[in-house]
Amino acid sequence: MKYVDEFRDPEKAAALLAAIRELTQSVVRELRRPLHIMEVCGGHTHTIFRYGIANMLPAEIELVHGPGCPVCVLPMGQVDDCVAIAETPGVIFTTFGDAMRVPGSRKSLLQAKAEGADVRMVYSPLDALAIARDNPKREVVFFGLGFETTMPSTALTVLQAEAEGIVNFSLFCNHITIVPTIKAILDSPDLRIDAFLGPGHVSMVIGTTPYEFIARHYRRPLVVAGFEPLDILHSIWLVLKQMNEGRCEIENQYGRIAPAEGNPAALHAIAQVFELREFFEWRGLGSIDHSGVRMRAPYARYDAERKFALPALHIADPKSCQCGEVLKGVIKPWQCKVFGTACTPETPLGALMVSSEGACAAYYQYGDLEGLRSKRAADAA
Amino acid sequence: MTKPEPGKLMRPQRKLRDGIHVPKVTLAHGGGGKAMRDLIDDVFVSVFDNPVLAPLEDQARVSLSELALHGDRLAFTSDSFVVDPLEFPGGDIGKLAICGTVNDLSVGGAKPLFLSCSAIIEEGVDVALLRKLARSMAEAAAAAGVAIVTGDTKVVGHGACDKLFINTSGVGVIRTGVDLGAHRAGTGDAILVNGLLGDHGAAILVARGDLHLETPIESDCAALNGLIDALLNACPEVKFIRDATRGGIATVLNEIAEASGVGIEIDERAVPLRDEVKGFCEILGLDPLYLANEGKIVVVAPAAVAEKARAALASHPLGKDAAIVGHVAAGPAGRVVMQTKFGGKRIVDMLVGEQLPRIC
Repeated sequence: MKYVDEFRDPEKAAALLAAIRELTQSVVRELRRPLHIMEVCGGHTHTIFRYGIANMLPAEIELVHGPGCPVCVLPMGQVDDCVAIAETPGVIFTTFGDAMRVPGSRKSLLQAKAEGADVRMVYSPLDALAIARDNPKREVVFFGLGFETTMPSTALTVLQAEAEGIVNFSLFCNHITIVPTIKAILDSPDLRIDAFLGPGHVSMVIGTTPYEFIARHYRRPLVVAGFEPLDILHSIWLVLKQMNEGRCEIENQYGRIAPAEGNPAALHAIAQVFELREFFEWRGLGSIDHSGVRMRAPYARYDAERKFALPALHIADPKSCQCGEVLKGVIKPWQCKVFGTACTPETPLGALMVSSEGACAAYYQYGDLEGLRSKRAADAA
Repeated sequence: MTKPEPGKLMRPQRKLRDGIHVPKVTLAHGGGGKAMRDLIDDVFVSVFDNPVLAPLEDQARVSLSELALHGDRLAFTSDSFVVDPLEFPGGDIGKLAICGTVNDLSVGGAKPLFLSCSAIIEEGVDVALLRKLARSMAEAAAAAGVAIVTGDTKVVGHGACDKLFINTSGVGVIRTGVDLGAHRAGTGDAILVNGLLGDHGAAILVARGDLHLETPIESDCAALNGLIDALLNACPEVKFIRDATRGGIATVLNEIAEASGVGIEIDERAVPLRDEVKGFCEILGLDPLYLANEGKIVVVAPAAVAEKARAALASHPLGKDAAIVGHVAAGPAGRVVMQTKFGGKRIVDMLVGEQLPRIC
């Protein structure tokens, strides 16, 4: 398939892997310990597992699966709010598919739907707007979710609703921003990350300059990476090359999609509709300053937070759940006490087990479960 | 004999009632009175009729000695069809309801003979649509050489079902000497499929219209008894056959690995997929191994006859893209592994629920 197969070429992969092995030797000789590279984005995690990349890399490279899966970092209280809106009489609640199974404190959206709430899966916020157009007597709420990647399309949908004078549409805004979150991880006392693969599609919107502080202040290399398997290998090679040469820079491997300056039209739409919140609650990571956005006052009539009386309760993560430590790279998914036992894709305790981009679900789906369990038992003993 | 000739519709054996003159089904058509007889005669009996069905008793009556001519064991299966939308590129719920049950019998090595048809109809459905779907069932049954010999209709109120649900049960006879089973896979056996995978699942998702995608993908819905006959005639050593419907081939492979206590290794490069399905899955973040098929089987055959089995499948029009996609490994038991095109390996597990498209 054009523009896909080129990025999955096994011969190029073999050449890159040979180069990666060579550089790893040299870098690890200096460091005298394994390397920890965090892929920030859940899309990267998915590619890494789907193509079996982790097992192709030298044993000295440990990939740490970062917080860039918007579904995974959704706190329970937020899901409870979604359920409360969805269960309001007259409401049609619309959402992207993989948010449906995220557990709230009482139930998921999928369970609310089974109990009679009108919850519909959509593929674009514009689909939600179309439902509003077709159902003028119902209030249609779209669950706005995701990083800067999905923010522009939500913003433009709100602007479109305003232009058309549609009044029965609103947005439950749970959009989050990536940069403060990376900063929170870098500030974490148990930080173990040597370098980052930066999120390609977020960078398509925001460009590469917002990451500069990571290289400058924290002295960690970051390579903005694409989502095909060769993109991942190429980016890992670029990271190693920087480390080997003692450089610490922001590099862009995904230049074919993500320009250095980002997408000005998308940024403009975001700025017009959204403003930063003082803080936002993340599952596993706690509250992070300026890591979420809400709707600006002129768009209040499209804001579900203002339209509905929400419980907005803070629900603590389950005690046994170690999603936070997994997100920060302190432990591997399979080292979590409840991985594969109390927490499985059928009955997820933590959100990392829910989405196919979640590190735990990826390990569970694609990983060697038996091997991991015995490894955990050996570690404990 | 009670069995119709393949390809030939049986003509009604008795005078039918007048038919329905209203455009939509109402609750009156489920009331047990004249209106119900009108519906049954007009929509179903007029196209299904055959000597076993004709007396319209509460049960079909089949001669045991005639069944015994085909083999030594009875195969009996049941399946319900609730597909949305009712009509889709490559088929409709009627054709699907026949092919699905014919295939469930055939994969056990049985010759499918008789089917039942029970329809649950939501009030308000167009009578013309029902006629069309019943005709589609009759045509599919005739093409597969099976007779619809008994049935039932119920009409329910708005919202009690989604337009039309069909259940078909089927009876067939397993030929003497054939013993197919998921537990029989052994180390070294070859894994085959009869063609391009994922067409039905992709066609249905596109036909629902939510995706606003236009593709030329059609459902692969087909009765596979002829193909399976060709395979078993050429290659009686075949150990197991299953149709890869919901959950796709990933699910069938996991079922084999579990039942036989073996590992299975497949090679991504050998898995036959059409470019349109690949592209469809790329756009939506779906995995084609989990997409439903309605005309595809997974076959386990000893390595020594793998090529003979592939050639037998490929000699039939419904198997022209047949391929050997992998083999049975000694272990680890219960695990399916795919060698990726990219050079890595990954586990192909069972799905938990439905595949959900990813956010970004």
